[in-house]
Amino acid sequence: MEHVVIIGNGISGVTAARHIRKLSNKRITIVSAETDYFFSRTALMYVYMGHMKFEHTQPYENWFWEKNRIELKKGLVETIDYSSKTLSLSGGDQVTYDKLILAVGSKTNKFGWPGQNLKGVQGLYSKQDLDLMEENTSVLKVERAVIVGGGLIGVEMAEMLHSRNIPVSFFVREDQFWGNVLPVKEAEIIGKHLESRGIDLRFTTELKEIISDESGRVKAVVSSNGEELACQFVGLTPGVSPNIDFLKETDLETEEGIVVNQFLETNQPDVYSIGDCAQFSKPAAGRNNLEQVWYTGRIMGETVAQTICRNKLAYKPGHWFNSAKFFDIEYQTYGWVHSKLQDGEANFYWEHKDGEMCMHFVFDKASRKFLGLNTLGIRIRHEVMNRHLDADSTIDKVMEQLKDANFDPEFYRVYEDEIVAKFNVEQGTNISAKKRSWKRILGVG
Amino acid sequence: MKNIRNIGLVVFLIGFAVFIASLFVGTYKISEDKLKSLYDTTEKIDKGDTITASLKKAAIELEILDKEFSSQFSFSSHLADLLNKSNAAISDGLADKDGITAIEVEGIYDLAIVGGKVIYSKDVVLAVFSDNPKKQKLLIDNTSWMFNESKLYEKVDDFKKDFENKLKRINGKLGEKYFVWDNKYSRFDLVKAASNGPITDNKGLFLFLTFGLCIFGALMYILPGAILMGGPGIKNNGVYHDAATSRGWIGILAFVFLLFFYILLYFYPWLIVNWTSIVDPFKGLFIEGASASQWFLYGTLYTVSMSVMGIRMFIKYRHNRYQIVRTASVLFFQIIFAFLLVEILPLFDLPAMDLKNAWPLDYDMFFDWNVTGHFDSGTVGIFMFVWGVVLSAIVIPVMVYFYGKRWYCSWVCGCGGLAETLGDPYRQLSDKRLITWKIERWMIYSVFLLAIIMTIFAGYHSYNEVNYPEMSSKDVLFGMSAYNIREWYGFLIGSIFAGVIGTGFYPILGNRAWCRFGCPLAAYMGIVQRFKSRFRITTNGGQCISCGNCSTYCEQGIDVRAYAQKGQNIVRSSCVGCGVCSAVCPRGVLNLENAPNTNGSRMEAPEVILGNEGLKEFLNK
Ligand SMILES: Cc1cc2nc3c(=O)[nH]c(=O)nc-3n(C[C@H](O)[C@H](O)[C@H](O)COP(=O)(O)OP(=O)(O)OC[C@H]3O[C@@H](n4cnc5c(N)ncnc54)[C@H](O)[C@@H]3O)c2cc1C
Ligand code: SF4
Repeated sequence: MEHVVIIGNGISGVTAARHIRKLSNKRITIVSAETDYFFSRTALMYVYMGHMKFEHTQPYENWFWEKNRIELKKGLVETIDYSSKTLSLSGGDQVTYDKLILAVGSKTNKFGWPGQNLKGVQGLYSKQDLDLMEENTSVLKVERAVIVGGGLIGVEMAEMLHSRNIPVSFFVREDQFWGNVLPVKEAEIIGKHLESRGIDLRFTTELKEIISDESGRVKAVVSSNGEELACQFVGLTPGVSPNIDFLKETDLETEEGIVVNQFLETNQPDVYSIGDCAQFSKPAAGRNNLEQVWYTGRIMGETVAQTICRNKLAYKPGHWFNSAKFFDIEYQTYGWVHSKLQDGEANFYWEHKDGEMCMHFVFDKASRKFLGLNTLGIRIRHEVMNRHLDADSTIDKVMEQLKDANFDPEFYRVYEDEIVAKFNVEQGTNISAKKRSWKRILGVG
Repeated sequence: MKNIRNIGLVVFLIGFAVFIASLFVGTYKISEDKLKSLYDTTEKIDKGDTITASLKKAAIELEILDKEFSSQFSFSSHLADLLNKSNAAISDGLADKDGITAIEVEGIYDLAIVGGKVIYSKDVVLAVFSDNPKKQKLLIDNTSWMFNESKLYEKVDDFKKDFENKLKRINGKLGEKYFVWDNKYSRFDLVKAASNGPITDNKGLFLFLTFGLCIFGALMYILPGAILMGGPGIKNNGVYHDAATSRGWIGILAFVFLLFFYILLYFYPWLIVNWTSIVDPFKGLFIEGASASQWFLYGTLYTVSMSVMGIRMFIKYRHNRYQIVRTASVLFFQIIFAFLLVEILPLFDLPAMDLKNAWPLDYDMFFDWNVTGHFDSGTVGIFMFVWGVVLSAIVIPVMVYFYGKRWYCSWVCGCGGLAETLGDPYRQLSDKRLITWKIERWMIYSVFLLAIIMTIFAGYHSYNEVNYPEMSSKDVLFGMSAYNIREWYGFLIGSIFAGVIGTGFYPILGNRAWCRFGCPLAAYMGIVQRFKSRFRITTNGGQCISCGNCSTYCEQGIDVRAYAQKGQNIVRSSCVGCGVCSAVCPRGVLNLENAPNTNGSRMEAPEVILGNEGLKEFLNK
């Protein structure tokens, strides 16, 4: 029986295993070092904040794996011999494979800051990081924490610390929050929101040095403008990169990540790579060559399972979408809304008077084709937006059917009429928003 | 702000301590006046006199009349003796006047047994009671079968045995209407009448010191949350660090208190008369000078807890209008329908009916006393009964079709109302495992089946009551009595399951243990919701990140994430539509909706989750 071995029990590796099991009777083993069972990395923050226990982050009960004949082996893979198809684990164990899937995920970037390995300085990626953060913020009273790097994980860390009443200073290199992704207006809303929650936001500020006390624990940081700020905890969240140190300088082709073609095949026979660690030699149209989000890992897992089970399938995600939450503001995006308008693009922006809610549409100036939507504080129906993007709908049609797209809970205030009215004024159009139609939403007629 | 909170907590704890301590103060003494006030007012005077006199005599014999007891425990330990003794004495006494006395029996035997032969006949009876037509009739009616042609007694002893057995029944029956049966209600009445002391003397003061301080303290604790918890948004910080909400020591203490409370309330109400005395002034607002029963106490506590914790809900979920409207709705139905109307209807000689209570949660609906109670109250009473039937048979399924069972379970129902307010802090404690789901289905449908069987019995009995009033054992079908079944159902399901386990176990099993495992109405609506309803929780395409907030906070133990991460809508018979999964989801994935079931879109799992274009194209080929 063919033996498929997967390194990494994250969303991509586990999805691959589940789908291979659905499609075949192959022997499946998942080798992973971090935890015994698959858990949701995206939920780590909620464990720290006391919303959940760690068990709650595990999407499957423990009996699931045996029932589905997915063998789990805990261990750190140190080397891979591609010619003998053998993995060597840190304890000395060896595992041989017929097909190998590398789903090893990411690790926190560290940029060689002085003092970055002091006690009380850490990133947030793994379960071990979570445990460390618990320890770092409880052994000693933290009067102030500093977070470096204004992306998603940085905000999550800020929210975690805030939940324990720890004052947070947040260093952001750019002059706005999440500058490479969010347009200015959205970034401003988030910035204000963080400040309203008591976060000390410092834009265009970088970390220069972390200063140690006698015991080797952080006692202060020095920022790029020379200010020394006393703190007992430093969160480093300047992004993540593929976790492939152990694979570098082997026969496997790597660059930033493990280089794969559109079929998720590496340069080694019978070796595939998926998830955060895979780097596309030719990215799919309009996508990045590294995709480090949850659902892309899942889709890669679904895709590679087909290939391994003899339905050779290219990775082809549909339209881009994503979501996040910044403290109490939910963010969703469908299609592409770049931080800066691209050539030939036009946009329409509406903001609620309280300044915690907005909708930002981007469309093609000439053809009026709808290109993307950002929302803060309003939930949007994925199905509806995806259909608009599929059908190359014009922005005018999107506006006309805006009520179909609303996904907020019942009794929530709705703003579609207000939004469309503003659109009409700015665009000189005369659109009236149609009543919500289940027929359209469910795709009949 | 923090200080206000802490002071509030202290005030609440003081109020709570006074409440507990109030059970242990006061003395208990039963006097002739007390007995009079208890029975003369409630019964017709001649009947009351008999009861009072007999109880008084029995009390004197037991040496407890006018004797002061220092606790309800020592006092109530004599009550079984008192009541049994008094009842027996009443029976004996009545035999003289209206029954057949021992002397009269001798007279019968003299004439009926001649030379060792039984010649009992109607003439014998007529002769013995020649001057008493009443007793003539009584005996002829009851013993004519004994002088029937076909009935020949060979042995004198057989005759005597039959005759004396019959007499026992006749004499016993005479007393029955004067009996004060030894049950929890009589004991409650006696202990309450006997209670004296600081509480009975200062009911108003104690109402303030207990309910007043607790409400005041709780509000001082809850209201600052609007500011302390930070801006509007999901506020579950520290839920699993807090000993109260994570089965820690506070949770265990709360559990022990609730357990004791329910056991006392349902099975030993006479031990908590002081608590009912505290709410007497409140009861007095409805009927002047009336004395509160344990059920009034419970109704008050229930409504107060829901209101105070409802305010907490308004603050906690102030960003979520679904939660606000829903909480307002359960409070409205509790305060108006379950509490006020139930107090007010009897003032107009109407049955104290909770108009929103539906079969089979209302398991008494088809019992004879309930049916006759309604029909004896005239047009309005009949209307109320018909409403109950229409509600259960038509309104409920139709509404579940359009909105799911949530319209009842988390918008209207009293049990649901308590769960959604007092119980909200415990919602995460429900068990999410698959095995528990299996147990749940077995249990809840068993209870439902039981309720149906009981209803058939009750209906059969009520039908006989109306159509064949002469029939004997109208309540017996297949050798089982409707009353017995009801008694067991009421004990096991109505009291133990719905009360002791359903609410007592909030801090252990979560706030919906009854609704999930036991409620027959939930089972009934669940079947409709699962198979014929527009309601579903829509999953938003491919946005789920499997974080697990939704499953964790599902009070019904539904593993919401298992559906959401497959892109499948959630359709489960047990879902009460509280909307909290949708509220806590950090990615805006879940939404409670009522929509048509186009192409099986309501509950089928999509073959490909939205976003994997490649796989979709491949499978379409
Ligand atoms: C705090 C945080 C929040 C996030 N929030 C979101 C979000 O809201 N939305 C979103 O879309 N994405 C989010 N992400 C990103 C998302 O979690 C990742 O994209 C996703 O988990 C990647 O999955 P994966 O299967 O590729 O790798 P991983 O989940 O990283 O799994 C790889 C596993 O392989 C193991 N491994 C690696 N090397 C070896 C070895 N040599 N031997 C044995 N085992 C090994 C690792 O220990 C790890 O357990 C978040 C990430 C973090 C850290
Ligand atoms: S809370 Fe939302 S994102 Fe998290 S598992 Fe549930 S549906 Fe998915």
